[in-house]
Amino acid sequence: MGIQASLAGKRIFITGSTGFLGTALVERLLRTVPDVQLVLLVRPGRRASPTQRTAREILKNDCFDRLRAELGDRFDAEVSARITSVAGDVARDGLGLDEKGRAELARCDIAIHSAATVSFDAPLDQAVEINMLGPSRVAAAVVRAREEAAREGGSGPAHLIAVSTAYVASTHQGEAREELLSENRFTIDADWRAEVDSARRLRADLQSESRRPEQLARFTKKARSELGGAGEHLLATRAEKIREDWVKRQLVDGGTARAQALGWPDAYPFTKALGEQALVAQHGIGTAPAADALPLTIVRPSIIESALSEPVPGWIRGFRMAEPIIVSYARGLLAEFPGVPEGIVDVIPVDMVVAAIVAVAAAGPADEGPSVYQVASGVANPLVYGHLVEMVQGWFTAHPLYDDRGQPISVPAWSFPGRGRVQRQLERATQLMDGAERLMSALPLRGRQADFAARLEDRQAVAKRALGYVQLYGAYSETDARYRVDHLLRLWATLDEHDRKTFCFDPGVIDWDHYVPVVHLPSVVVHARVRTTPGRSVVENRPDRARRAILAPERHLAAFDLEHTLIASNVVDTYAWLASRHLGAAERARFVAELLRDAPSLLALDRRDRGDFLSSFYRRYDGAPIAQLEADAWELFNQQLLPRSFPAGFARVREHRRLGHRTLLITGALDVVVAPLRPLFDDIICASLGRNGDHFTGRMAELPPIGEARALVLADYADAHGLSLEESIAYADSASDLAMLEAVGFPVAVNPESRLAGIARRRGWHVEHWDKAAGGSQRMLPIGPLESAGAGRSRKHRA
Amino acid sequence: MSRRPGFVLEVDRSTPPTLFWNGEGYGLERLPEGSRVIYAPEPIDALEDPIGAIRHALNNPYGDSAPLPSLLRAGMKLTICFDDISLPLPPMESPDIRQMVIEEVLEMAAAAGVDDVVLVAALALHRRMTEPELRHALGDRVYDAFAPHGLLTQHDAEDPENLLYIGQTDEGEDVEINKRAATSDLLVYVNINLVAMDGGHKSVATGLASYKSLRHHHNPQTMRHSRSFMDAPASELHTSNWRMGRLIAESGVKVFQIETTLNTDTFPSQFAFLQKREWEWNVRDRATFAASSAALAGAPTRYKRRLFHSIKAPHAMTSVQAGEVEAVHAITTANVWEQQGVEVEGQTDILTMGLPYICPYNVNSIMNPILVACLGLGYFFNLYRNKPLVREGGVLILKHPTPWEFDPAFHPSYIDFFEQVLAETTDPVLMHKQFEASYANDPWYIHLYRTGHAYHGVHPFYMWYWCAHALEHLGRVIIVGGDQKAVRRLGFSPASTLDDALEMARDVVGPSPTLTHLHNPPIMMADVR
Repeated sequence: MGIQASLAGKRIFITGSTGFLGTALVERLLRTVPDVQLVLLVRPGRRASPTQRTAREILKNDCFDRLRAELGDRFDAEVSARITSVAGDVARDGLGLDEKGRAELARCDIAIHSAATVSFDAPLDQAVEINMLGPSRVAAAVVRAREEAAREGGSGPAHLIAVSTAYVASTHQGEAREELLSENRFTIDADWRAEVDSARRLRADLQSESRRPEQLARFTKKARSELGGAGEHLLATRAEKIREDWVKRQLVDGGTARAQALGWPDAYPFTKALGEQALVAQHGIGTAPAADALPLTIVRPSIIESALSEPVPGWIRGFRMAEPIIVSYARGLLAEFPGVPEGIVDVIPVDMVVAAIVAVAAAGPADEGPSVYQVASGVANPLVYGHLVEMVQGWFTAHPLYDDRGQPISVPAWSFPGRGRVQRQLERATQLMDGAERLMSALPLRGRQADFAARLEDRQAVAKRALGYVQLYGAYSETDARYRVDHLLRLWATLDEHDRKTFCFDPGVIDWDHYVPVVHLPSVVVHARVRTTPGRSVVENRPDRARRAILAPERHLAAFDLEHTLIASNVVDTYAWLASRHLGAAERARFVAELLRDAPSLLALDRRDRGDFLSSFYRRYDGAPIAQLEADAWELFNQQLLPRSFPAGFARVREHRRLGHRTLLITGALDVVVAPLRPLFDDIICASLGRNGDHFTGRMAELPPIGEARALVLADYADAHGLSLEESIAYADSASDLAMLEAVGFPVAVNPESRLAGIARRRGWHVEHWDKAAGGSQRMLPIGPLESAGAGRSRKHRA
Repeated sequence: MSRRPGFVLEVDRSTPPTLFWNGEGYGLERLPEGSRVIYAPEPIDALEDPIGAIRHALNNPYGDSAPLPSLLRAGMKLTICFDDISLPLPPMESPDIRQMVIEEVLEMAAAAGVDDVVLVAALALHRRMTEPELRHALGDRVYDAFAPHGLLTQHDAEDPENLLYIGQTDEGEDVEINKRAATSDLLVYVNINLVAMDGGHKSVATGLASYKSLRHHHNPQTMRHSRSFMDAPASELHTSNWRMGRLIAESGVKVFQIETTLNTDTFPSQFAFLQKREWEWNVRDRATFAASSAALAGAPTRYKRRLFHSIKAPHAMTSVQAGEVEAVHAITTANVWEQQGVEVEGQTDILTMGLPYICPYNVNSIMNPILVACLGLGYFFNLYRNKPLVREGGVLILKHPTPWEFDPAFHPSYIDFFEQVLAETTDPVLMHKQFEASYANDPWYIHLYRTGHAYHGVHPFYMWYWCAHALEHLGRVIIVGGDQKAVRRLGFSPASTLDDALEMARDVVGPSPTLTHLHNPPIMMADVR
């Protein structure tokens, strides 16, 4: 009986259908096996039901384009009639199935478990829950379904197919047969229960470790170094994120360490292997079939890559193991990669794995107990690593990627050094860049230099990623295990001509010289969304697009920070200028000396908390005569502020006004200082000092609009004027303005200092570089001019 | 002492290289044989007793005017207006002429018992002067007597409270001027007539006017038909001002005009070589030239700028005359020509000039690219009578670094004009139509003009209109040694050396062109026959 006939009308339960393999499996079954019914176990999303997730994450995928074209208008009706999505999660006992879900499972004939976390650097506990415990949970749910079905007079699923990985068999040199791990002489007999307990305990331990005061202080310090004085709330949010990341990182490292201690390169094959053992130990009941044993088959593919021909050649989902390496290489970022040129890379196209699973499902379970099929190419049709690298290099030489200037990138020639050497090289580069980054972030940079620092950060991320690849995947390129496929070929031999055409899984048919350059690489390049055309991009570049969005007439409000956003000045400058305005030469020198002496502590305070800094600094104005400051402020504006202004910034404010946007200046500067700027804006929100008769008190009249208070002030302002913050723009230069920038729909970093430059880069915020007018003030010390001879009675030269 | 008149040198093999100004610096260029170099006449002797001469002028007015003392009486309203920072160039050594004249006027007013006196700086749309600048122009005594009481004012062309609409001329030109000046019993105007363009009715009708009034003569049409600005009868700009001045007089505003002329003693003794003819340089001149140009070559621009702008010229007064505007101005103009006129035979294919660090609008500031264009095409090009020095379709070669630099406090609207308007068009008529109004009425520019030290928003347009006649007349403008981007933005061609520029010029005017170099400053005016 052919495959289609034996599966026709069957109900198949599938886990992992949103994954690469699962999606292809669902598509193939729907398209090629008439009347097959599918029950998909889908984790409910935060805002999407399983049915919605199925529609969005499975059926929308281009995998279904072919079926969609074949069915035309009938696609939706046909598909929804044949697919049932049930809510559940393989990381929960009983799969988290509700009654309805359990009933659906009980009506199924076959269960295919393909859910896994395939990431090589997943946190240990997550890998344990999904990869180690997942198969047993599925098995338990199937067993329970069989019992329930039996009570109803049915039979329940008669066959469980668990997808594993060939790497569970071995990552060492030598042949690996299609046998249970209990029969494999390389496998260390680890107690999977103990591993589960210890992984769970590890998370709990790390959670409490991460909450120790010293650790919390460290996280907070790191958050502060990233955000500066952005405000307590933002700092706390960031510190908490850093803490969670730390726990995760520790779990990843813990997983790798444990895996390596037991002879696995990382947590993935380690947890998958123990998952198989747990599954067999609980439900396969050894090698001898028991009366109530669950009929079980294990399918172990090697490295799954893009489709050879089904549904279309080159189909791939997600960015997988080899793709990031290939793309990094094509972009010239991986100068070296370890590996033995004579070694074999065991790659298998996804459609062959799917076909093998379908064939196994059609064939049914073996009578003599759990059986194992390896789906791999290494023995039947080996792809030699050196040859693969040659093909990749040749292809990218003929079809180079292009850098952001439109020049082709030439790919490096690998010399196949040992893993240790590559790793050491990369580690050195990473350390160097770490040092450079620490240095840069310690410097008070802004604008283009800060941009450079942010770019350095990018390079550093690239180098770290390259190091990550080498650490993670290096072992695989040096693996020389041969995965035997005798069972698979025996199954292949039983197929008739029609099935062989429809469900091809014979690794021998792959022509690597065709598959790699014609099928796989073009698909990888398309998925990576990299530049494949030369010359300057004709589409509008990103900054122009962002600027156009910012200057669209439908925007509501443009809020501007003042210091270093519109004017290269700060409260200390203005104070120094005003305070020294009426001093003689000798007093002036003393004043400068004092200010310089205080500078370090002022800077430190500013870095810690801008609010505290301002209120402490403004005390210096205690007793200052109001009328004189008001008059001097105009001179300050003309002689100090305007010459240090950014003309493009002023032009931008006025452009917003012309477009009918409301313009608002929000600044911690004093009202007397910003008075000359009033006509530039619709409104100004600034700090003001208390008054005692005709003198200032040196205390702020109310809380100044800085840090997180800015976001609130801005929200209140928008509210009062019926404006939407979503439709508003905020311009600021420093991470201490983060709250304000986050509050609006269109944040703009102006001449950002290094912290904000990094943040803006990571979040894709628009960045403007506004310069002082060439020819503007070059004065180093912001000191008021000496009074002219004979002056002193009045500075008023305008009636 | 005898002085030598202006001189046109024909370059031959024995001629030493010629001095070219180059912004905040200068250098020598070897001109092709057969080129002409025009040198200014040597300075006329200073008046021996300037104070005596001023008194004499005030007591012996020209035209239909009584002597000043007889026009002054107790209880009257007297306003004394004076030329602003744009004159003279470079600023003169103390005491400034304005101080000398105003002190005499004030003495006479005090003697007559006049106590309602206000001083007004006649800014038109120029920037407000700073305290040190006012002190320099008026002296501390006058400044301290008036400024603290609010009696020293600067004309505000955007202050509706202090403008008076006089009416329309026959040609439909609105006349609106400073209200205090217009409603005074006597308006005394104190002028410094650096070039023939200054003074006359232009003093009041331009210096004290509003934008509404100025736009009738400061526009591309008028400017194109002023040939040249230095020759009032041939200047549409002046004709318009004269109509306005006469209307002001008819409306009953009594103007007592005091005009003064200066000699061409432009540079202090340490820079004497700058106003000498190169073949007459002595050892000391040569040494100063070599040392100073070497020092300047290495110095940062802002230091050079500070150095040059600290130069105060030893200009001396050569004449002072007072009374009725037109009668006074006729004598003044004759005196200016006497000092600056040089007869030149025929036009040239290529006119070269080295532009100095200063023009009327960047005193104590930066000569931005728009001002470079204005100084070359608006001022120097127009230093002619009869016909331009360069023929129609000829080439003008300027030497100036033309940095892409602007003073954000003095020239804020220039920055936007350069970025927005010149990026779109260099056609004066088109920009007049498309952009002028938005700059002229921009509240931010008006705010900066009124409260700060900024030129009015429309001012960069006026600078470009000054160039309108030259832009129409010339086949090409080349700037040697300028910032290439800035030069191209102006619509001109950049060249790195004078030789390159001459090569480029030959493409326009033919292979064997005539060449004339205007050796200015000191200022001269060519009477082209």
